[in-house]
Amino acid sequence: MEEKTVMIRNLVKKFGSFTAVDNISFEVSRGEIFGFLGANGAGKTTAMRILCGLSKPTSGEGTVAGFSINSEQEQIKRHIGYMSQKFSLYPDLKVWENFELFGGIYGLNDKEIRIKTDSMLKALSLEDARNMYVRDMPLGWKQKLAFSIAMVHDPEIVFLDEPTGGVDPVTRRNFWETIYDAASKGVTVFVTTHYMDEAEYCDRVSIMVDGRIEALGSPAELKEAYGAADMDGVFTRIAGRGAAGQ
Amino acid sequence: MRQILSFIQKEFRHIFRDVRTTMIVLVMPVVQIILFGYAVSTEVYNVVVDVVGDMTDPEVRRIVERIDANEYLRIGEVLPSVSEIEGRFRRGSPKAVLCFGDRFDSQAGSGKGASLRIVADGADPNTAQTVTAYLMGVLASEQMEMATALTGSSGPSFSPNIQLMYNPAMSSSYNFVPGVMGLILMLICSMMTAVSIVREKEFGTLELVLVSPVKPFWIVLSKLAPYLVLSLVNYVSVLLLAHYVMGVPVNGSLTLLTLASLVFVGSSLGLGLLVSVISKTQQTALMICGMGLTMPTMMLSGIIFPCESMPAVLQAISCIIPAKWYVIMVKKIMIQGVGFASVAKEFAVLTGMMAFLLYVSIKKFKTRL
Repeated sequence: MEEKTVMIRNLVKKFGSFTAVDNISFEVSRGEIFGFLGANGAGKTTAMRILCGLSKPTSGEGTVAGFSINSEQEQIKRHIGYMSQKFSLYPDLKVWENFELFGGIYGLNDKEIRIKTDSMLKALSLEDARNMYVRDMPLGWKQKLAFSIAMVHDPEIVFLDEPTGGVDPVTRRNFWETIYDAASKGVTVFVTTHYMDEAEYCDRVSIMVDGRIEALGSPAELKEAYGAADMDGVFTRIAGRGAAGQ
Repeated sequence: MRQILSFIQKEFRHIFRDVRTTMIVLVMPVVQIILFGYAVSTEVYNVVVDVVGDMTDPEVRRIVERIDANEYLRIGEVLPSVSEIEGRFRRGSPKAVLCFGDRFDSQAGSGKGASLRIVADGADPNTAQTVTAYLMGVLASEQMEMATALTGSSGPSFSPNIQLMYNPAMSSSYNFVPGVMGLILMLICSMMTAVSIVREKEFGTLELVLVSPVKPFWIVLSKLAPYLVLSLVNYVSVLLLAHYVMGVPVNGSLTLLTLASLVFVGSSLGLGLLVSVISKTQQTALMICGMGLTMPTMMLSGIIFPCESMPAVLQAISCIIPAKWYVIMVKKIMIQGVGFASVAKEFAVLTGMMAFLLYVSIKKFKTRL
């Protein structure tokens, strides 16, 4: 059987009488790039926070990197990487200081941090930027750097929360190459996005509407099932139906 | 441990990378203490006093010379008549005018008594009051000598000899230094902490830290630690300045004073954390700290206006301001030099406040995540 990095069964999250996540189930395999799509307010962020160990589900169960989302949140946090739409690096710290900070937070020792910093900067061809302040870097660099730092502790799965917000297509394409690269090394990538061209890059995609997963499959399958030319068409059809049903 | 140290190191980098923050943290306390200590002084030096009267009159001359000899007072002009007084006040030179009656010397010697009037410039009531008091003092001692000379006895059977315990020179820095200490520690601890946390909220970096395996309690602690350290640095520098530059004594136990300051710092950090929980932007945090913490502290903690002379409502409000209790303690320990027993009540109140604020704010901080 294929190794599953994420397994979720009947996950529900309620805030008072409001159901943000309504009984969702899915699995993500090791090394897979899983697109988590949905309109604003569809429950993406809430679901993702549960997967990251930031909040507990109202009911349902599941594992992330082999640890229970109900009882082993601390372990989950240790084994995942996270990068959000805002460039989650400290702009007033230098590049190597950001490595040092996050390496330290994830429990790496000085030597490990040094090795990681060197190898990662080399992989990004950013060796010369080691002493640069993050705020002075171009957007594309920052993004790649943020992704690298999210992976500084070799997590099994990395969560990317709209990683490419406000970035031009070329830089975005570039960034996705970094993602492919990580996935090819066996890292599971869990990504939310608003860009439908990015959805095409994913191995599989789920589309959330009003807290439920309305569609789940590879981009090709979904396009066929919904008779759309591209993911944009699929998304409009599904999300539009959800909105009309309200 | 390594995690916490990485965090604290990062926090210090934030502080010293930002010129404005560094200035606020390290320069502001010194500027404040000097401003309050020197510029904002309620003492009166070299105040000009004009005279209306006959300068050939021996008694008038004696009094005028006495006034001129006083270190706080200086004789300005001798005016020909009382009608000139207003013009002189309007030009702002004298703060008071001493008007002697006609034939002052002989009248004073007679049983009827002589007429003497002090006209002070009430536009500046503080100075007017102080100058009047000085003049009265000078006149009283002159009167005693005159009585002795006339009757041969020692004159009136008693005359009050005013002595100001703990602050014989009525130096206003005795009042301001404890207040400024309270203000500075509160500003550094509450405002800086609140702003630094809210800034991370704004940047989105707080999220990143929260998904890390570091427990929220430790995140809070490593956020507070640098400001605790800095406030202690400030505490020491303000104390040194106050003692060696302003000449404010430290009569009581330094350990007790430090302990009281630590408790106050703790409650201020709690306040800062609380502000960071309720505000979404740095601007909001600054507003809340400025209007909600600094202003009430300045106005109500007895730094500028004595609590005792406030209306009952304000007095009641002043009791929930931590700085009030701290300032009372600092005054008692530094200037009166009392021991723990005399500040036990204030100490207990402040400790209670600290425990409450830290508990509530850390709990709130965790649940908001």
